[in-house]
Amino acid sequence: MNKLRFPFLVAAVFAVSLSVIGPGCTKQSGDVIKVGEFASLTGKEATFGISSHEGTLLAVEELNAAGGVLGKKIELITEDDLSKAGEAATVVNKLIARDGVVAILGEVASSRSLEAAPICQQNKIPMISPSSTNPKVTETGDFIFRVCFTDILQGKILASFAGRTLKAKKVAIFTDVKSDYSKGLAKYFKESFTAAGGQIVTELDFNGGDKDFKGQLTAIKSASPDAIFIPGYYTDVALICIQAKQLGVTAPVFGGDGWESEDLVKIGKDAVEGTYFSTHAAADSPDPRVKNFVEVYRKRWKNQDGTPKTPDAMAMLGHDSVKILAEAMKRAGTTEGQKVRDALAATKDFEGVSGKITIDARRDATKPMVILQVKGGQFKLVETVNP
Amino acid sequence: MDWFLQQLINGLALGSIYALVALGYTMVYGVLRFINFAHSDVLMLGAFSAYFLAPPLARILPASSIGSAIVIITISAAICAVIGILIEFLAYRPLRQRPKLTVLITAIGVSLFIEFTCQHKAVFGANTKPFPRLLPEGQLAFGAVSIQSNDLVVLLVTGLLLAGLWLIVQHTRTGTAMRAVSFNEKAAALMGVNIDRIISFTFGLGSALAAVAGIFYAMRSPGIDPLMGMKPGLYAFVAAVIGGIGNLPGAALGGLLLGMLETFAGGIPGLSNYRDGIAFAILILILLFKPAGLLGKAQAEKV
Repeated sequence: MNKLRFPFLVAAVFAVSLSVIGPGCTKQSGDVIKVGEFASLTGKEATFGISSHEGTLLAVEELNAAGGVLGKKIELITEDDLSKAGEAATVVNKLIARDGVVAILGEVASSRSLEAAPICQQNKIPMISPSSTNPKVTETGDFIFRVCFTDILQGKILASFAGRTLKAKKVAIFTDVKSDYSKGLAKYFKESFTAAGGQIVTELDFNGGDKDFKGQLTAIKSASPDAIFIPGYYTDVALICIQAKQLGVTAPVFGGDGWESEDLVKIGKDAVEGTYFSTHAAADSPDPRVKNFVEVYRKRWKNQDGTPKTPDAMAMLGHDSVKILAEAMKRAGTTEGQKVRDALAATKDFEGVSGKITIDARRDATKPMVILQVKGGQFKLVETVNP
Repeated sequence: MDWFLQQLINGLALGSIYALVALGYTMVYGVLRFINFAHSDVLMLGAFSAYFLAPPLARILPASSIGSAIVIITISAAICAVIGILIEFLAYRPLRQRPKLTVLITAIGVSLFIEFTCQHKAVFGANTKPFPRLLPEGQLAFGAVSIQSNDLVVLLVTGLLLAGLWLIVQHTRTGTAMRAVSFNEKAAALMGVNIDRIISFTFGLGSALAAVAGIFYAMRSPGIDPLMGMKPGLYAFVAAVIGGIGNLPGAALGGLLLGMLETFAGGIPGLSNYRDGIAFAILILILLFKPAGLLGKAQAEKV
């Protein structure tokens, strides 16, 4: 049935693309700067999209309260891509063609950033991904930036973490073949880990959104690895951890920044206890910049039960993506795409909440990374690693 | 050997869930000769019924006890039976005299309608929700093989439901009427069988089984979302066709077969990504050599 939806989607994308080619690209109204954001506000990776959006919106509000950028207020136009393949292209086309935004912010998931990137590149609209880590995202073209590290670095650091801290010599990898992020991270981890003398005992695949993983997990168990690496997203990871525990798998489990969501603990409960993952920044960091951000964020956003919400790395990166864009517009003195792009590319030592950001020649940010552990249902800082 | 036994248990538990869903497809095909694509969404609605019933019921009966589980499953099955009957009444009945293709496309429409309505924020939302623990969970370990109490419950209940269904179809007046309708609708009507009532009953029964399957599916993998029915729905549909569509034991056999196939293929590095491909390749092979499915034709009764 999925297949049947596809033609409609293609038709929709096509229709929107046509309107891009047509006139009406310059709908920029005089008194506001329109910035587009696409995020997974609902669906499988909803907590990522929501956190990222809340950080983004907070930054826009802060900028506007301080008088805006270039004397104009920023208007953030947000579109939900439902965590679905295909939707990102549709909504980004809409943001550019109908709303006439001057820059695009998004997404967390690399697969969806990869959908949007060619569209932004083609329209010469600068795009900043807050937290897509797959190297291919910024390779799309010179208008695509990110404010986080890439999976080449993440894979390397996780490989050394597995060897050094987990003392693992034999690792099993369980990859989500539907996700560019997961495949990329698995590949870079494997390269670094085997180069350091480690052994990959088995590699199995799942499809993001699967519910039954017992077949693969039984095979992983019988390969008796020292540790299991799951470069996936939190919903799948939580279910995998539950079923691994049921099958009596005792090897430590670890993963990447796709894990950092409160839903990991909500769904996984005691099955995810003791697992490790790497991410961009920790909310319990002693850095005064982070402390200040956590305080402001907790005042602005609430959890569903009304308690103040503690930001995660996605919120910090969302926040930083807006601040870096605003900073570049100020330096460029205009919102014109090419000039903003040049200013973005020249970003150096920007003091973001998630760390000091310098945009390198590949339009990626080189930044420190943290490793967290799930302890008592909370994410606790284990170590900070500098690149 | 441990590995083999473990996969056998995994496969049997998953397969019996597919079997329960496949029965719904096959029963509807038996009486109406079309595939009810919305069946997989009834499975999802069953899991969500249980999700919403569990918290209020925990105030009356102790949570995760056998008693409360039975009540939750029964009420969810009843809710889904009503939904199934309503779907048939509202969407399929007005098209009964139209070509089968019209009904088939309507079924796809109903399925999409349910999926996307449920993904709306005001209904369930698209986020994955943690499914509550319905039964006390334990595990039996035989050497390296570990059996989940939940998997045993799934196997046992599926067996009972299959036997119950067999009794209904073979040994009750309604069951006889169902078989008569599937054999020849017009002749059955001339013999005084109330066709509409039998069709409603079939939809209700199939949907109730789908609800039970949905709850079992969610118990094994406690994260539910409005699209959770698509994968088991597709597999169960293939199972029904492999077994011989319209044939009850065939659907059960096909379900078990596909469950095993998925777990065994999933456990082989390099093949784990091709599970769906293998399932459909086997479907094509079986249809090439036995166009009526494994058990089709051999048994004349179609229900």
